[in-house]
Amino acid sequence: MREAPVREATGMFDVSKVREDFPILSRLVHGQPLVYLDNAATSQKPRSVINSLVDYYERYNSNVHRGVHTLSMEATDAMEEARQKVADFIKAETPESIIWTRNTTEAINLVANTWAREHIKPGDEIVLTAIEHHSNLVPWQRVAAETGGVLRFLPLGEDGNLDLSDVDSIITPRTRLLSMVHMSNSLGTINPVKELAAHARAVGAAVMIDGAQSVPHLPVDVSDLDCDFLAFSGHKMLGPTGIGVLYVKRDVLERMEPFLTGGEMVLEVSYDRASWNDLPMRFEAGTPNIADAIGLGAAIDYLDALGMENVREHEAELTGYALNAFQELEDVDVFGPKDPARQGGIISFHHSEVHPHDLGTLLDRQGIAVRTGHHCTMPLMRTLGVAATTRASFYVYNSEDEVDMLVDGVQEALRYFTDGSRRA
Amino acid sequence: MALEGLDELYRDAILEHSRSPLNHEPLANPHITADGVNPFCGDEVHLQILLDENGRVARVGLQVEGCSINRATGSMLSAAILGKSLEEIDGLAAAFNEMMKDGVEAVRDRADLSELTALSGVRAFPVRIKCALLSWSTLDDGIREYRGD
Repeated sequence: MREAPVREATGMFDVSKVREDFPILSRLVHGQPLVYLDNAATSQKPRSVINSLVDYYERYNSNVHRGVHTLSMEATDAMEEARQKVADFIKAETPESIIWTRNTTEAINLVANTWAREHIKPGDEIVLTAIEHHSNLVPWQRVAAETGGVLRFLPLGEDGNLDLSDVDSIITPRTRLLSMVHMSNSLGTINPVKELAAHARAVGAAVMIDGAQSVPHLPVDVSDLDCDFLAFSGHKMLGPTGIGVLYVKRDVLERMEPFLTGGEMVLEVSYDRASWNDLPMRFEAGTPNIADAIGLGAAIDYLDALGMENVREHEAELTGYALNAFQELEDVDVFGPKDPARQGGIISFHHSEVHPHDLGTLLDRQGIAVRTGHHCTMPLMRTLGVAATTRASFYVYNSEDEVDMLVDGVQEALRYFTDGSRRA
Repeated sequence: MALEGLDELYRDAILEHSRSPLNHEPLANPHITADGVNPFCGDEVHLQILLDENGRVARVGLQVEGCSINRATGSMLSAAILGKSLEEIDGLAAAFNEMMKDGVEAVRDRADLSELTALSGVRAFPVRIKCALLSWSTLDDGIREYRGD
């Protein structure tokens, strides 16, 4: 057993206090306390977020924007207040730049189906990175196939970071769009998005950032990054499922054609034509996900109270602790930068003898939830030379104790699986 | 210890086959060949079969990239189909599927399942059942293609 001292709290907030806010963390799994380390897939929800949903449905459930009655006005105010919170959270200049979507994937598809169809011409290049989630890869494959555009990739270096030595031959005057993941969901790698956005700007290209993993875990400032588009999901940042965000720079958004059409997004409709509503409603056809938008607002309140700088510091400390602890595990390869300054709270690993799915089952039996598989990054898995990895991902409520339990759990699983005489 | 409950899933026969899979060498010029992939987890199966003059399985090559359940199933399957006609394999596959659906009691009369009955424990772990079915669906694809279905 390790002799490292167990600290009650890391970072700048008290993790044990944070844990009390998350009802699910007190449950048992297979008779063991839940150790939830699948936060890159989805986060757990604090009581304040759960209560915001109950409160909406019990007190002011109503459709937004069209009603003159009290409930409708209250619902509209609450949803628009949430939009303002999102804008403030990512330092957007105006809430009109915030479009509700279902999730990151839908946000990226919205840009692919509107802006890209209009702007990508035959021979234009779309630059991505080698570590994209399928959601920031497949939409662009389709755009390229339909427009005659060409996909190019910033490669992954040996050190788990992007290899930018040839960046000037990849981001060129032919580049029309740079769309890149901010933090890799498979490796934790934090890409230098501000630097890369500046490269793209210099050649006149537009910039999209997949913030699914970064917005929940790092301070993100769209004005500072100078991106045209930022996509992220509510459910990975303590909010409900089914609500996501597309940020679009105001002057870009004003010139974009609508994606879906129908109610809410129109100003005036006759039998043969319609004019478009103001921003951002122009991009929100049909009744929006009112309850979950309000829930996302409550999640942002919670994160703001912790402070995103503190969230990042807590996770960097935990990642450093975990990287250190993993060195004790024999025959376990850890992928990614292996540097808490250059990665988020994600430890992606592989054992030469025990397949990730077996390891995942063996950890689950000990109450430890991790994700196993290709993490929707199949091209990256091929680059790494594995079919799948086991991934532990941290958030605000995870502790060094839990990292110890993970390491002990992996050791126990390896003993169980590789010891041929376990029941002899 | 917490892992005792897993002994039903990871029976000794499964771990042994998983560590040392049978018939894993690729075969050249096979009569039947098929590749299977599970898109949810990335597991892959590659299958080659050589038939004898009577249409029975003479040799099998089966390569699995995947978890222990998948590897063990592939290994047991490769041994179970040796010497069988394609019609007999159809019956065996149906019996295996029935066992995974209804339990080992439902296939008590199928002696030819032999070691494959060790996989009935996977039923208690629903998310892992697909691991035990990939080799079988790949085999089915290969036989269908061979028959020109």
